[in-house]
Amino acid sequence: MPVFYGTEIASPLMLGTALYPSPDVLADAFRRSGAGVATVSLRRESAGGGDFWELIRELDIPVLPNTAGCHSVREAVTTAHMAREVFDTDWIKLEVIGHADTLQPDPFGLVEAARILSEDGFRVFPYTTEDGVLAGKLLDAGCEVLMPWGAPIGTGRGLMNPYGLRTLRAQFPEVPMVVDAGLGLPSHAAQVMEMGFDAVLLNTAVAQAGDPAAMAEGFALALRAGKLAYDADPMEPRDMAQPSTPLMGLAVLE
Amino acid sequence: MKITVNGTVQEVSAQTLDAALAELGYGDARVATALNANFVPAAMRASQSLEAGDQLEILAPKQGG
Repeated sequence: MPVFYGTEIASPLMLGTALYPSPDVLADAFRRSGAGVATVSLRRESAGGGDFWELIRELDIPVLPNTAGCHSVREAVTTAHMAREVFDTDWIKLEVIGHADTLQPDPFGLVEAARILSEDGFRVFPYTTEDGVLAGKLLDAGCEVLMPWGAPIGTGRGLMNPYGLRTLRAQFPEVPMVVDAGLGLPSHAAQVMEMGFDAVLLNTAVAQAGDPAAMAEGFALALRAGKLAYDADPMEPRDMAQPSTPLMGLAVLE
Repeated sequence: MKITVNGTVQEVSAQTLDAALAELGYGDARVATALNANFVPAAMRASQSLEAGDQLEILAPKQGG
């Protein structure tokens, strides 16, 4: 199972906690999938809240707070500090958003924030693109995990650039990598694992499915299938047909 | 004095951040605070004084992806 900053998690499925039709459905999705990490956020609170935190505690799995919605280094760093106190974890899913429509990471702000937070003792999980040069700079900044996107957040389109992701995987074979965002179907998650990635992080594909708990289980099964396939050393595709049934001993019937 | 709490102007009589949280009903709530865009750790709230016009953000665990 994936190991992030020395902590092994119970499943390669990292699941978001937003957009579910109800808290019960959320809890069902986590139970049925055995998700290994729950992502959470910080938002303004009106006095008297607190139910959500109880719900998350009952999941009894590591939480990964995010800096979703932050467009500047300063916002992201401040949010990370607030999250560390509230969630009592030094893990932070670092998002520095560069464009409001595409939600594409701002690579320059991301590296700067990653360096500041790493120096402040955070274990940074940067939401990044599949750019290998950027990945190297994030590692130099102190990151020991990378989270390249599959497609823009919430699109459910699957892997937009499998070639780029495969190249990134090959460039840094020892770095734990999570494909984060843009997955829509379990087959996308299987593809991620078949390529040798360590985990996926998703939310909308499960939470907005007609039956979120069933979809969550579907993703968990697909991740297992993909991981088995990767470890089993798949055959190389070939251009020409090749019979699988032996020709030797073929009867002459004409 | 008037301060802005999570985007809404409110009247508080408290002079420190921890007293203001209690006055605003966040006594035992699991929240993090930022004053004028600077994080104020829980341990520093008692010594953090408030001034009229301060911008206070009170954030809590919420759903996220």
